[in-house]
Amino acid sequence: MVDNLTPVLTKRWLSPRSWTLKTYEQLEGYTALRKALGAHPDQIIQQCKDSGLRGRGGAGFPTGMKWGFIPQGDGKPHYLVINADEGEPGTCKDIPLMMADPHSLIEGVIITSYAIRANFAAIYVRGEALHCIRRLNGAVQEAYAAGYLGKNILGSGFDLDVVVHAGAGAYICGEETALLDSLEGKRGQPRLKPPFPATAGLYASPTVVNNVETIASVPFIVNGGSDWFRTMGRERSPGPKIYSLSGHVTRPGQYEAPMGTTLRELLELAGGMKDGIPLKFWTPGGSSTPLFTADHLDVPLDFEGAAEAGSMLGTTALQLFNETVSVPWAVMKWTEFYKHESCGKCTPCREGTYWLVQILQRMVAGNGTASDIDTLLDVCDNILGRSFCALGDGAVSPITSGIKYFKDEFLALCDKNSAVLAGAH
Amino acid sequence: MTQTSEPSTVDLSVFGEDTVARAQQLISRYPLSRSALLPMLHLVQSVEGHVSQAGIAFCAGQLDLTNAEVSAVATFYTMYKRRPCGEHLVSVCTNTLCAALGGDAIFAKLREHLGSEGKPLGQEETSGEPGTPGSITLEHAECLAACDLGPVLQVNYEFYDNQTPDKALELVTALQAGEKPAPTRGAPLTDFRQAELQLAGFFEGRESDLDGPSAAAETVRGARIAADNGWTAPSMSDDVAFPPLPEKK
Repeated sequence: MVDNLTPVLTKRWLSPRSWTLKTYEQLEGYTALRKALGAHPDQIIQQCKDSGLRGRGGAGFPTGMKWGFIPQGDGKPHYLVINADEGEPGTCKDIPLMMADPHSLIEGVIITSYAIRANFAAIYVRGEALHCIRRLNGAVQEAYAAGYLGKNILGSGFDLDVVVHAGAGAYICGEETALLDSLEGKRGQPRLKPPFPATAGLYASPTVVNNVETIASVPFIVNGGSDWFRTMGRERSPGPKIYSLSGHVTRPGQYEAPMGTTLRELLELAGGMKDGIPLKFWTPGGSSTPLFTADHLDVPLDFEGAAEAGSMLGTTALQLFNETVSVPWAVMKWTEFYKHESCGKCTPCREGTYWLVQILQRMVAGNGTASDIDTLLDVCDNILGRSFCALGDGAVSPITSGIKYFKDEFLALCDKNSAVLAGAH
Repeated sequence: MTQTSEPSTVDLSVFGEDTVARAQQLISRYPLSRSALLPMLHLVQSVEGHVSQAGIAFCAGQLDLTNAEVSAVATFYTMYKRRPCGEHLVSVCTNTLCAALGGDAIFAKLREHLGSEGKPLGQEETSGEPGTPGSITLEHAECLAACDLGPVLQVNYEFYDNQTPDKALELVTALQAGEKPAPTRGAPLTDFRQAELQLAGFFEGRESDLDGPSAAAETVRGARIAADNGWTAPSMSDDVAFPPLPEKK
């Protein structure tokens, strides 16, 4: 039986000055790197595949498979890019990780770069995360000074340079191809796929783009092995996961538990709903994942469990809202966000989010009609699956799921106006 | 592509030798020079407190791009400010979760306090003469990735967690009076321009900033509960071997 909480990535966070190389080395830091450099790169890729590690940035793509897509012996430079552009509403796991334990990410970066044969890696950090950028930069400097980065790392003949790159405020850059364009010094707009980054990524060369939590897991998999990693979580979604609880909960915070843990179990650890006011709705993994309600407390929160229940695991950003919060209002606020962050490249998302905001604002102001609900769903239908990237799909999630579970609340906003209109005839 | 001649009237003298040296250093960090554009825009913002036409021309000159190419990038990202900013930039999260917890009320209170003649301060407007001590630019921000600590706001991108309208008002009043209250998480407060220099990637002489606090009780909540209960991840066995080298297909 595995314990309720399984701190792996979050364990060092309790140590004093956990961000320093000194502390990191005292707590097994860089032992996995020494081990990895003694193995063949393909063995590391195979181990990652065997572990079943899936991307922690939201999509859950198998990490080892992604690494395996990089063509070897192609004569082109390879790149590793870390997506540290954490900005999905509700998501707050990568920034504390990078502040508390930046070396775990850097060690993961070095091992991954060795595995995919990359000699340059960039960590693209959200610009607003200044303290995190400082800590990462300090850790990179320490790693260079200790011989973990630069030329001939630990005498292995492997060279790697790492740059910490600050973004400039654009949610869309969390989309991997927009991030690559941004890293190339352009507007952060997504690219048409294919080609995928594995064949034409940064500077049109083979590139792996992985999330922070994913890559910080790599040193633990190297040290513990794939079987150890699979002792936690479920068959198709193994490992530990950082669940971020926020909102109307007694003890919000970061809880690292085996994949497949339920909200009921997490709420128990977090002291239940704040002031005992009942749960009304929640997001399993950020605002782009369809809403859940109090009927979903026992959904296993892993990639399969969340999908089978009609949502997505996303970033395991559990935003909890109690009965005092209006669903149409919350949906309107999220839609304002997507409208602001839509990059403008494709028409369905650019125009669609604009009109969705207009309609929702009108409804929340008490000036909507019941037919607005149909219009909302119609616009959503024209965005979902028709946009250039997943931002458009994410934008419709709160609306369609909000109407699915709480249609009466939307209708109640329109009652008054229906009556007035009827009386006008 | 047609190269149009750039107006020769832009005065770049505000960007001295040290800025040129830093710009060149940025270029050297990347395999291709244009990747230095985002940090370079942070750099010019650290000099002028916003990205001016001169800042755009400076970046274009350093990177051999046209002004139009640089403008297209500068106008895309919200952190590049097109008008001069105050000594401090105050960013209040008004995304759904923070808003429900009081973020909207905090933003409304600060708008009202910083406004003048009965008119609340608008988005990205500045109270006081930009750049002078005590001047403040106010903005509402999208999710700042500190949801477990909401409602949050940032001053020059340092975190002030678990805010209320009254606490936020007290903080801003102190900033106006020239005080620099310590953030909940982050380095001791400086000003917007110095924060921008760090975002450009220059930290010299600021090593002690690393020691600014980062872990709130919320951050380590799960780790603490696990430690108190003796819960751990399953132990690793010694000498775990790598899988054999896969056969080439």
